[in-house]
Amino acid sequence: MTRLIPVRETILGAAILVLLLLVSSRFAGFVAPSNLANVFNDTAPLIILALGQMVVILTRCIDLSVAANLALTGMAVAMINVAMPGLPIPVIIAIAVLLGAIMGAINGVLVWKLAIPPIVVTLGTMTIFRGIIFLISDGKWVNSHEMSPAFTDFPRMVLLGLPVLSWAAIITIILFGIMMARTQFGRSIFAVGGNPHAAVYTGIDVGKTQFWAFVVSGALAGLTGYLWVSRFAVAYVDIAGGFELEVVAACVIGGISIAGGVGSVGGAVLGAIFLGVVKNALPVVNISPFWQLAISGSAILIAVAFNARAGRTKGRIILKTAEATQ
Amino acid sequence: MSTRPAPPISPDVSPMVSMDMITKTFPGVKALDEVKLNLYPGQVTALVGENGAGKSTTVKILTGIYQPNGGTIRIDGDSISFASPNDAAKAGITAIHQETVLFDELSVAENIYIGHAPRMRFGLIDTAQMHRSAAKLLAHIGAPFSSHTHLRDLGIANKHLVAIARALSVDARVVIMDEPTAALSHKEIEELYELVETLKSQGKAILFISHKFDEIFRIADRYTVFRDGAFVGDGRIDDISEGDLVTMMVGRSVDQIFPQSDHDIGDEVLKVVGYEHPTEFADINFSLNKGEILGFYGLVGAGRSEFMQALFGITKPSKGVCRVNGDIKVIRSPADAVSNGIVYVPEDRGKQGAVIGLPIFQNITLPSLSKTSRSGFLKLAEEFKLAREYSQRLDLRAASLDQDVGNLSGGNQQKVVIAKWLATQPQVIILDEPTKGIDIGSKAAVHEFMSELAAQGLSVIMVSSEIPEIIGMSDRVIVMRDGRIAAELTKDELSPETLVRHAAGITSPTEGAAA
Repeated sequence: MTRLIPVRETILGAAILVLLLLVSSRFAGFVAPSNLANVFNDTAPLIILALGQMVVILTRCIDLSVAANLALTGMAVAMINVAMPGLPIPVIIAIAVLLGAIMGAINGVLVWKLAIPPIVVTLGTMTIFRGIIFLISDGKWVNSHEMSPAFTDFPRMVLLGLPVLSWAAIITIILFGIMMARTQFGRSIFAVGGNPHAAVYTGIDVGKTQFWAFVVSGALAGLTGYLWVSRFAVAYVDIAGGFELEVVAACVIGGISIAGGVGSVGGAVLGAIFLGVVKNALPVVNISPFWQLAISGSAILIAVAFNARAGRTKGRIILKTAEATQ
Repeated sequence: MSTRPAPPISPDVSPMVSMDMITKTFPGVKALDEVKLNLYPGQVTALVGENGAGKSTTVKILTGIYQPNGGTIRIDGDSISFASPNDAAKAGITAIHQETVLFDELSVAENIYIGHAPRMRFGLIDTAQMHRSAAKLLAHIGAPFSSHTHLRDLGIANKHLVAIARALSVDARVVIMDEPTAALSHKEIEELYELVETLKSQGKAILFISHKFDEIFRIADRYTVFRDGAFVGDGRIDDISEGDLVTMMVGRSVDQIFPQSDHDIGDEVLKVVGYEHPTEFADINFSLNKGEILGFYGLVGAGRSEFMQALFGITKPSKGVCRVNGDIKVIRSPADAVSNGIVYVPEDRGKQGAVIGLPIFQNITLPSLSKTSRSGFLKLAEEFKLAREYSQRLDLRAASLDQDVGNLSGGNQQKVVIAKWLATQPQVIILDEPTKGIDIGSKAAVHEFMSELAAQGLSVIMVSSEIPEIIGMSDRVIVMRDGRIAAELTKDELSPETLVRHAAGITSPTEGAAA
């Protein structure tokens, strides 16, 4: 793990650089620092969600309900804001994170205690969460004029040259970096995904670890729910529809193995940034946005093929060393 | 010391299948070393040997799953090689396994004809024809169910019948039965014997693998004995006694050297009273003392590992009490076991041992992370210190502790797993088949280390199917059979014959009273 992933990250980083170079040859303004900062800000929600998804995928699960969770939390905090415009933003954020975490916990309990396959659980809760948005909102939109200025301004507030939305992503990256490398929880996640049987024998509760992974993913979806709704200053049923697939795609492109146990914070972040750059660059160089889907799709296939090949080479090395040590 | 009766094989029958000088090596181990095996038409040949003698490897070679590194396989005198299981099936070789490898969600007829179903125009399966032929086959073997039954609705014995019907449907000439009676009741076994007779009368060559001596002497015509992957002898079953067969099975050609341990055995550390599980084991009582190596011997499926898993909290016993240092302890999870000083080094390293993908040091510190963290954060320096200390104690050979465990040899991986547990400073360490599949050099290191541990006052439970290891290492041995304790033997009472007799349930006037 320690040697393979930097290689993967370097290649992905290089791919992003090549992409930027290609785009800048057609339109130099794209690589101006201010524009790159905008691209990063635009990608921030994807980065945050990809980190939550990474934790879940590392434990051999998947969370398809993140976008629905985001939309439900976003609608809930938007309605709370309309009902109680005076509620301070930190309280709103705390509510969003808590709501998201509760939804994550529902996924987690179903996977842990009822042993339902995660893809089925989150496909179900995804639909349920979307349905609840409709029920609580009657299908109506919450528009910007109904929201308080404090509510909509917060993610745009500029601190040290970057908007709060960008800072939210940066802080999440740092916290996850520490969590994955330096805490027991982070280590357990790798152990559970890498070898669940061995994890059991080591005294790690596999189901519980997966439960907490879903809670983490849900909490981040909740946080993103507030950031998303306040940034776009609108909340409605179909917000971020289909975004869960982009989140999973970011993880896969970033080298998080769908089989679990292999992946890194850097990989997930670069995977998200890659998708963000593609999304923002194509309109600039006058390529139809429809190509964006094709390019993201190809990137996923290339990344998976690359990871599979990396795994094979590793296999050959094992055999060689085994023979050499005889 | 091994007697070699080698009775002459009657020259009038020539073998249908003959394997000669077959060698199969895996990285680090030689599973088969120039073995030979002959199967005769209309006769049952029993393949006899301890666990690890190379029986399943032989079956896998005969059925085309493994390809041998050397030697020849002849069918009717023609040299032949199987590149895939399909080739073996085409040559008329079929196997009925201990756990039936069939498809629960398909009907009996579909199971019988999967892969060679009768076809109609456009390559579509002729369902009606398939059911007609299946019904004929089922009637022929006296199966009491319809070809339309779903396999999941059948019991194990009837699933065996389906497997046999399948063997007949491909017009197999060679039928391999790998422990076919392991899961059958007494009556079902009798029915199976009748079937074997039917197959014999049809001129099929049958390879019969069993641990049960009564069975072998009841239905086999010939025997072939393997030991440690090598051919020991063969002949007609009428020309050999049960005792001689046991001796051939366990007799040692290579003397292994075991470390002479002069450790003191202290007070009782662990006492297990009345452990019972609804299906796997019952009535397990024993005690373990400080500094003692307690061996657990038995055949595969005797319930040793299942009991150890219950003791370690992975499965839950339905009854039973466990005392650690005299205090009753409730062990509901592996975490409980570890905190009570009991650790378990499992048999299957790949599946249950090391976390491939994590570096060595992280594997070693995995159960000790609370020791290496300060206020919730892991201290890498502490982790390395702990990992270095225990990897040095085990003489682990690795370029760096940062290396992926997956790149280590089997023996070194085993050391990582043992180091991981020692780092938790346990009182009792359970080693399940600690030297299975590792090279001789690593084996010796593990043995030496085991007696060192005992000398340091650690209590060791060693589950092993290797007789020399059991005899060489244990201070006391518990033999399990069919989920129960069959015998408890002191060091002086240990002999290969005694162990095998208790494990296989042979009551013999000469050795049977050893317990």
